[in-house]
Amino acid sequence: MLLIHCPYCGEDRSELEFRWAGEAHIARPDTISAISDDEFAEYFFMRDNTKGIAWERWRHIHGCGRFFNAIRDTVSDKFLLSYKAGLPRQPVPGSEPAAAPAVEGGVA
Amino acid sequence: MRKYSVFALVKEAMRSHKGWEPHWVSPEPRSSYDVIIIGGGGHGLGAAYYLAKEHGITNIAVIERGWLGGGNTGRNTTIIRSNYLYEESMDIYEHSLKLWEGLSQDLNYNVMYSPRGVMMLSHNTHDMQSFKRHINANRLYGIDNEWLTPEQAKAFCPPLDISKTARYPINGAALQKRGGTARHDAVAWGYARAASDRGVHIIQNCEVTGIRRGPSGEVTGVETSRGFIGAKKIGVSAAGHSSVVMQMAGVRVPLTSNPLQALVSEPLKPIFPCVVMSNTVHAYISQSDKGELVIGAGTDQYHSYSQTGGLQIITHTLDAICELFPIFRRVKMMRQWGGITDNTPDRSAIQSVTPVPNLFVNCGWGTGGFKATPGSANLFAHLIARGEPHPLAAGLTLDRFRTGRLIDEAAAAAVAH
Repeated sequence: MLLIHCPYCGEDRSELEFRWAGEAHIARPDTISAISDDEFAEYFFMRDNTKGIAWERWRHIHGCGRFFNAIRDTVSDKFLLSYKAGLPRQPVPGSEPAAAPAVEGGVA
Repeated sequence: MRKYSVFALVKEAMRSHKGWEPHWVSPEPRSSYDVIIIGGGGHGLGAAYYLAKEHGITNIAVIERGWLGGGNTGRNTTIIRSNYLYEESMDIYEHSLKLWEGLSQDLNYNVMYSPRGVMMLSHNTHDMQSFKRHINANRLYGIDNEWLTPEQAKAFCPPLDISKTARYPINGAALQKRGGTARHDAVAWGYARAASDRGVHIIQNCEVTGIRRGPSGEVTGVETSRGFIGAKKIGVSAAGHSSVVMQMAGVRVPLTSNPLQALVSEPLKPIFPCVVMSNTVHAYISQSDKGELVIGAGTDQYHSYSQTGGLQIITHTLDAICELFPIFRRVKMMRQWGGITDNTPDRSAIQSVTPVPNLFVNCGWGTGGFKATPGSANLFAHLIARGEPHPLAAGLTLDRFRTGRLIDEAAAAAVAH
């Protein structure tokens, strides 16, 4: 079972409290009625399904109920970082100087 | 290839079994092939076999990163059935079931297909309505499936607890008598042996690291850990790693790879005569010929390539098994493992041409790929040989996620299946 850090509650909690919510940072097109079928399929169905470092959404459904984002290695299942929804895609901790502002919530 | 028969067995018994040959040969790869299949599981090996047998293409290599059948082919719980709801699904799974029925004879290899019956338990009104809808759809389509009362279910599977006070009471069951199990290793080995006999090269411990493309975008071969190997056509049959391989050719596929776990008990005397599934409480159980109870659990919720899963998932399944079959409460579990299943949004497979010329994909079999092995392999061979899908697999296109013609077994089964 995974141990997951919720950046809103500030605690490491068991996976039982969370729901996985798919790949992170997929924006719904603003012009959803105008886009082509190909663009809709790309937005709605196609996923990276990354082997390695992945950015994904989780929801603390049996806790604060809020969505947040996390970086996880999908080979080891180890979490590298959790950060609040709405923040831009965060760099992998230790990989390079952070281009984005400092993140609240630590390594889980 | 030396044919297996009772006479061969007697002959070898007379000379201390010194004359048996290896099942397949492992030659050095040629510089190029007509067809390369990426993935040496049942689906990939079977596709190579049917290409050679039915389509006259024998200059084929099956390239496997690990060992044959070491992925999902060797990690599943071997349940075989064809009682799906939608016609596209019934077409392919029934085609597969018919091939299962003659597979041992076709391959001259005992795959131990055992049509012992697959019984799906109904626990509530929704289950009952859903199963009866399946039964009616199946029977109208010529596929056997029948409704059992709790008493009939108990008669078919005596260890089942049907008391009214059970934690998960049973109000009936759907039974497909032609469903059953087979021996998973034998499926991989049998296809490998029969394919090798027809000249197919089986190359293990060779990881594909890239797919090379020509000037007009068509595939020209694969980069591997043993160097470049040319190919006129490539079939990808890589299960949980299909997205990884397809990305090498720049093709995105709508897959999510999830761990799925299974476990076996200590060996017991024969006690469990059939396969029992309960989608509602996530329990799948049968007894192998070695005597182990073979138990399948649910998938983990997150995407992962770790070939392991959470303990809470198998605990949940064992809770359900112990409630359904109180007789098994003191049985010890012996081994547990995980495999990586490739799941599509509609929980139906993809067997399709791709935007890249001469690149074909067979993936998305998710949590139910073993039962499809012969049918999927047979129709994938047709797709690779002809360049267009067999009518039985015509609905399983990659394009359906653009056109919206989904085959929504996810909604039909209400769970992974």
